[in-house]
Amino acid sequence: MTNLLDFFKRRGSAPVARERLQVLLAYERNNRNQPDLVAVLREEIMAVIARHMQIDQDDVQISMDRGETTSTLEIDIQFPNAA
Amino acid sequence: MAKVVVITSGKGGVGKTTTTAAIGAALARAGKSVVVVDFDVGLRNLDLVMGAERRVVFDLVNVVQGTAKLNQALIRDKRLENLYLLPASQTRDKDALTEEGVKVVIDELRSRFDYVICDSPAGIERGAQMAMRFADEAVIVTNPEVSSVRDSDRIIGLLDSRTLKAERGETMVKHVLITRYDGARAARSEMLSIDDVLDILSTTLLGIIPESEGVLRASNMGAPITLNEPANPAAKAYMEAARRLLGEDVPMTLPSDRRGLLDRLLGRRAA
Repeated sequence: MTNLLDFFKRRGSAPVARERLQVLLAYERNNRNQPDLVAVLREEIMAVIARHMQIDQDDVQISMDRGETTSTLEIDIQFPNAA
Repeated sequence: MAKVVVITSGKGGVGKTTTTAAIGAALARAGKSVVVVDFDVGLRNLDLVMGAERRVVFDLVNVVQGTAKLNQALIRDKRLENLYLLPASQTRDKDALTEEGVKVVIDELRSRFDYVICDSPAGIERGAQMAMRFADEAVIVTNPEVSSVRDSDRIIGLLDSRTLKAERGETMVKHVLITRYDGARAARSEMLSIDDVLDILSTTLLGIIPESEGVLRASNMGAPITLNEPANPAAKAYMEAARRLLGEDVPMTLPSDRRGLLDRLLGRRAA
């Protein structure tokens, strides 16, 4: 029975691979020989924040999720409340 | 006590990255906290096999060079909360890894995880040597084929001379993992037998992973095979190998050509 299920499931994986690669390669080809956008954004955002408060690099979490049409860049900064 | 395990082979394309992902996920499923580290600077692929390619912000080189904190570069797996990935850089070359820098990163990883699994690049150059440098144990991925066995033998030589353990006069624990094993072809003597390989390399066996289409499906999906198809014979063999790494005594089974009737009727090869 599992063999039969596998048989139907089996058709799925190549299209998934194709889509994943298309998204990834489109991004990588565009960004070859260009400065790393995320690194630039991070530097600049950090500089702006540092003008107003003391932050430790350890308290900054940056995560990203690149999609086909939109991506999210999440910057999570923990800072102490003003005394 | 944290353990640093390098997955290495010398030869390319034998299954180091697949093995790193599969064993890393199997150890995490067994309750260990695990980080898989991609040492293939310049040609990273562990992120793709783990399905995290869209989430890479910082990488190993950033951490080694101090431009990012380890915390910021670690990517937590979406399926298992105690499994993390430290991706390689794509824009640098292998010289970006300094021994001192790698040591600092490995030491920090040791303090945070139970298992640090290092995915070595192919070859015997700097990248491969950095991946094995601070390892406690090595898994040598070998296909039952002459060129792979020869390259494994060279890698074993490096493990016994160029690692910190070797230089200190300690023993580097080495295991051979045979991948892409085809029971039917071995039975017809078309393939080196397990005994041949072990005899030539005189190293203990960690497991035998049967050739399986499930490996390709898992990489297509961006999931370690041990998570994507846990019932698949290759996934089961990886899970057993992981248990042996944990020190369990798991009897070795030789994957035979066990195809169901339906498979035969449909003319499919081993699952």
